[in-house]
Amino acid sequence: MSDLTASAAPAPAAPAAEPGRKDGSDRWTQTLRDITGGSAMISILAVVFALVVGAILIAFTNERVQETAGYFFSRPADLLQAVWDAVAGAYSALFQGSIYNFRSKNFLTAIRPLTETLTFATPLIAAGLGVGLAFRVGMFNIGGRGQMLIAAGAAGYVAFAVELPAGIHLIVAILAGLLGGAIWGGIVGLLKARTGAHEVIVTIMLNFVALYLIQFLLRTPGALQAPGSNNPKTPAMLPTAVFPDLFGPRYNLHAGFLTVIAATIFVWWLLSRSNLGFQFRAVGQNPNAARVAGINVKNVYMYAMAISGALVGLAGINQVLGTVTTGFGAGIDAGIGFDAITVALLGRSKPWGIFAAGILFGAFKAGGFAMQAAEGVPIDIVVVVQALIVLFIAAPPLVRAMFHLPTPGTTKKPKIRAVKSRKTNEVVAK
Amino acid sequence: MSTLTEGTAPVPASAPIVKPTVKIRSWKIPITFGGFAVLSLILFVGLGRGQRGELSTFRLSEGRDLIQLPEVALPTFVTGVFVAIVLVLLAAVSAWLVYSHRKISIVLTILFALLFLVGFLAWAASGSTIPVPGLLIGTVTLSAPLIFGALGGVLSERAGVVNVAIEAQLLAGAFSSAVVASATGNPYIGLLAAMVAGALVSMVLAAFALKYLVDQVIVGVVLNVLVIGLTSFLYSQVLAPSANLNSPDVFPRLNIPLLSEIPIIGPVLFRQTIIVYVMYVAVAVVYFGLFRTKWGLRVRAVGEHPQAADTVGINVNRTRFVAVTLGGVISGFGGAYFTLGAVGAFNKEMTNGMGFIALAAVIFGQWHPIKATLAALLFGFATNLQNVLGIIGSPVPSEFMLMLPYVVTIFAVAGFVGRSRAPAADGKPYIK
Amino acid sequence: MKLELRGITKRFGALVANNNISLTVESGEIHALLGENGAGKSTLMNVLYGLYIAEEGEILLDDVVQKFAGPGDAMNAGIGMVHQHFMLVPVFTVAENVVLGHEQTTFGGRLDLSAARAKVREISDRFGFDIDPDALIEDLPVGVQQRVEIIKALSQDAKVLVFDEPTAVLTPQETDELMIIMRQLAESGTSIVFITHKLREVRAVADRITVIRLGTVVGEASPTATNAELASLMVGRAVELTVHKNAPELRGTALSVKNLTVIDARNQVVVNNVSFDVQAGEVLAIAGVQGNGQTELTEALIGLQHHVTGSIELDGKPLRGHSVRHILDSGVGFVPEDRTEDGLVADFSIAENLMLDRSSGAPFVKGGNLQLGFRAKFAAEKIHEFDIRSQGSDMEAGRLSGGNQQKVVLARELSRDLRLFVAAQPTRGLDVGSIEFVHTRIIETRDSGIPVIVVSTELDEVVALADRIAVMYRGEIVGIVPGTTPRATLGLMMAGEHAPATEAVL
Repeated sequence: MSDLTASAAPAPAAPAAEPGRKDGSDRWTQTLRDITGGSAMISILAVVFALVVGAILIAFTNERVQETAGYFFSRPADLLQAVWDAVAGAYSALFQGSIYNFRSKNFLTAIRPLTETLTFATPLIAAGLGVGLAFRVGMFNIGGRGQMLIAAGAAGYVAFAVELPAGIHLIVAILAGLLGGAIWGGIVGLLKARTGAHEVIVTIMLNFVALYLIQFLLRTPGALQAPGSNNPKTPAMLPTAVFPDLFGPRYNLHAGFLTVIAATIFVWWLLSRSNLGFQFRAVGQNPNAARVAGINVKNVYMYAMAISGALVGLAGINQVLGTVTTGFGAGIDAGIGFDAITVALLGRSKPWGIFAAGILFGAFKAGGFAMQAAEGVPIDIVVVVQALIVLFIAAPPLVRAMFHLPTPGTTKKPKIRAVKSRKTNEVVAK
Repeated sequence: MSTLTEGTAPVPASAPIVKPTVKIRSWKIPITFGGFAVLSLILFVGLGRGQRGELSTFRLSEGRDLIQLPEVALPTFVTGVFVAIVLVLLAAVSAWLVYSHRKISIVLTILFALLFLVGFLAWAASGSTIPVPGLLIGTVTLSAPLIFGALGGVLSERAGVVNVAIEAQLLAGAFSSAVVASATGNPYIGLLAAMVAGALVSMVLAAFALKYLVDQVIVGVVLNVLVIGLTSFLYSQVLAPSANLNSPDVFPRLNIPLLSEIPIIGPVLFRQTIIVYVMYVAVAVVYFGLFRTKWGLRVRAVGEHPQAADTVGINVNRTRFVAVTLGGVISGFGGAYFTLGAVGAFNKEMTNGMGFIALAAVIFGQWHPIKATLAALLFGFATNLQNVLGIIGSPVPSEFMLMLPYVVTIFAVAGFVGRSRAPAADGKPYIK
Repeated sequence: MKLELRGITKRFGALVANNNISLTVESGEIHALLGENGAGKSTLMNVLYGLYIAEEGEILLDDVVQKFAGPGDAMNAGIGMVHQHFMLVPVFTVAENVVLGHEQTTFGGRLDLSAARAKVREISDRFGFDIDPDALIEDLPVGVQQRVEIIKALSQDAKVLVFDEPTAVLTPQETDELMIIMRQLAESGTSIVFITHKLREVRAVADRITVIRLGTVVGEASPTATNAELASLMVGRAVELTVHKNAPELRGTALSVKNLTVIDARNQVVVNNVSFDVQAGEVLAIAGVQGNGQTELTEALIGLQHHVTGSIELDGKPLRGHSVRHILDSGVGFVPEDRTEDGLVADFSIAENLMLDRSSGAPFVKGGNLQLGFRAKFAAEKIHEFDIRSQGSDMEAGRLSGGNQQKVVLARELSRDLRLFVAAQPTRGLDVGSIEFVHTRIIETRDSGIPVIVVSTELDEVVALADRIAVMYRGEIVGIVPGTTPRATLGLMMAGEHAPATEAVL
């Protein structure tokens, strides 16, 4: 038997089949193969296909389309026109609401939708980084909601109840939020490390605990409730603790976006350049080998969940110090904790992938509201499209089959992120 | 957490390799008991509720019952002190048992839990009345979708496919049952539609997990999002404008003659809707199916050791596909509870995370249909307890009551079932 | 039943696992299929058993061509298999495992196990197995589990029985008993295919021998052939089963283990009051059948076991109770027995795997930052030095062959500043070339003055490497004997008999 296994053997280039070809064209074929077979093409096709399905849904549920379908055989053109109007109208509203508004003559107002997109993307990226980091350590953090709420509560309290000089106030509020998120995530890591409790259950449960805790605090005077109010809502944040606007008051984009850029760089450094991240990835890929190699798997679980919680917490901080500064209620997480899971999946748990995925989903969100307002298409269609994108990206063979793409030359074994083996459970369940 | 002691147990000479076993003390249970005992001392004794001789009344019958049981009235403070003392004693007993290497019987744990519950109820109901039948009836009703979801999850995971998509199955069931029942005017056809919808969601899960080998947790999460998006979109776009597609008949409560007149049990178990009666059957059928039939043996085999199943000629992926689909049928049926059993109309995201609680019940219940059902009942009980205490005026802020089941679950998962063992091949696609 | 394979060819992508293999097994014959690891024996048997579909060739039973779409077809045609890795569901009972796939039911689809129990008892009695049909598989010793596999095959009236490396997990005594069972089966008319790479067993029991190498039949032999003849046929050249080594240069006791007891997660005493010393400059081999506490002993040395009593001292410093990190930093090199599960991170590159157990400090890490430049240079050096055949240091370790994976592990461990080297099953599943490489490296390590512990279940390896041999049985050390001890004595010790007094002095 050869020293290399079959999959590793260099793929025999087939010069014999077409002897006339030169090296250059061969290389081109290979490049084309890489692009079509690799993940970039798959991602684009997945987006396209998801948009097509979305279009079908929009068309089917459009009243005008349904009407014209009634007399399809007498005037088929009407139906086609109606379908085109519905779909094109919706998607152009989506585009104009998220990237560039053609109707506006002034460039500065036309570009406003793009800044909206980045504003929506900010918490998605932060929370996506947190969920993605946990994925890389082999853990599933569904606790985004709880971590965001606790972080928002902590940061918000510091922001409205403590008086500090500008600048320092903002930093202290951010730190309080990060700490809150880290504690809420760290509990999960601690329980998993010390008792073997399954992180999926614990994070789900802590979501509810955090929700009720925040609800309680929001209606308790002296805690989070605005003084003199009966509503379960906090007072407005003090201006000293609010993220400054990046491009002036005409745009919603605030300096929180810079914090997620910093967070992305941090996670990139952590995972690819730091030894802690090396240990994280080792535990995520093979906890048994990590343990044998002297890595303290239990501590890794704790650190990873704490950092994950802090990153998710950053999303909550951005919500209260940047997006909704006039006081918040228990719905401040806005489902971002769950959206973050799809963001992390779409970004394949890689920091810059998550950054891009966050912006894409931010665009969908920004455009979705515009679409709902302009065309009356419910924003929920955006959720459907997002889910479909992730679904198709997760199953490259399916997309290839649908578009008759060639299978890439290197036949890597399928990536299986199997749920931890029994042996691993024993490791953590002492 | 544990200490080491001398080994004993003789080695039988005949067996080639049998190792002697030793006992290692685990202090988890005494510590947990101790925690609750201290809590009860603080709550029941320290806070001193009912020291002016208030009574805590438990109403055991409803007005329309044939057989009327008298109300039980307990002096709040005395009961609390009594319970707290007994709990401390039980915690001490458990510590002694562990110290002397004896097993802590499950009966002791149940006794402890029940006593704490009685003490807590008495403390909470100081000066007022707790309607016990109402508390329990609501428990069963609220548990129904959880139990269906948990059963669906158990079936799927026993076959080796992780089912995070219970939420999606419930929601799909709720949506389609409302629409179909409204359109046909027949709620039974709505039930059928719920099962079909749940099965469809499952089939997508199974197809991606088994054919395309996508990580099963990922598919599950994405399916949840997809179904939430789809149902919300269709709700806003189709249901909301024309109300006649979203006004199904709600199933009435059916009293089963005779059985429904048994004191306490009757109203709780036998004055329910058809959905709950089907639930009883479903629990029994899933249990029987998994552990007493040829089909169940094969399902468990592909979930534990798919290769072994393959080598005896069992088609692993087909068996898994069928089990997952059946799981979806059951979960989908449970979804109908939300529309046809309770609210009477579909609403956006109306399952509100119940699928995740059902998933917790699956794991808490150690992938066993009966245990998962009990776990689901526990969640239902806690939710309904909060409702009941909310009416009589709870001494604890309602948020903390609402929190209770989740905190208890965390304790339980950390303390008792931390090492619960999933089916060995759960979540792993089978590749020859 | 007569079995015939004609021109079987099975490919996996570019790899030809079986190339035009033909084989005939007469009724009542024990036919040995001999070949080293990776020669294509198991692939061939999986084709026969319907698990793989061959691209070319046909299978005949009693001269009738068979078409197997799956194992079910093969079973119905009368082929049974005793798998190398038992195909038993650990949480099922014996009866449930035996009946799986052929269940009988009563009214309402109810599973009927009574027939299965009776069948288990009947076959069990016929061969004197003494197996309780209601025992859980995971509670049974491996030897008994194998008998359950045999019962499972026989309960389906198998006329052709394939044994895939059946002796790997057995003591010499259990192996002898298995040989007797195989004889019994053959005499009752069952045709037996016996897959193995152990020459002694082949010569003891086979009627005919077919040798395959690199997926091709390279010859037939009779049981009277010598070991050397068979071995050279098997690997394609004359093989030296011994390693060149000089007498050890002992430099004083380095590792001292006293009264070591290990209790595992299931509260079983898996290592019982074990004491031994290892001198700097010698190889102490720990022999024994799989599952007699060797794994746990090495894990205790490296700090992976939680419930350990007794003392472990390296150069006078205690190791017991310290973290794995501390023990590694004290200079203990460790090659775990399951390299894919415990030794490597398959998705990591070779370079990353080479720094796996040095992720907390210099030279690979400075100020929390990975030193990627240093790592790349280091990896390139080691790839060259250890002759790791790869596409470069960025190649994923999981895509390397077994031999090259083991070289990565060795390179990592031996490049540290060692005070003790522990290698568990260092050549399991490797081809002959890699085995020679690993053995040479181990002896070099010894000669550089480092104490070495080698754990092996392969007697050949133990004899080739050891200066002294400790034999473990049921968690205890039966005796510590010189490396020159005859195999027969070692075999008896592996079955639990104490060493002859004269030899145990050392």
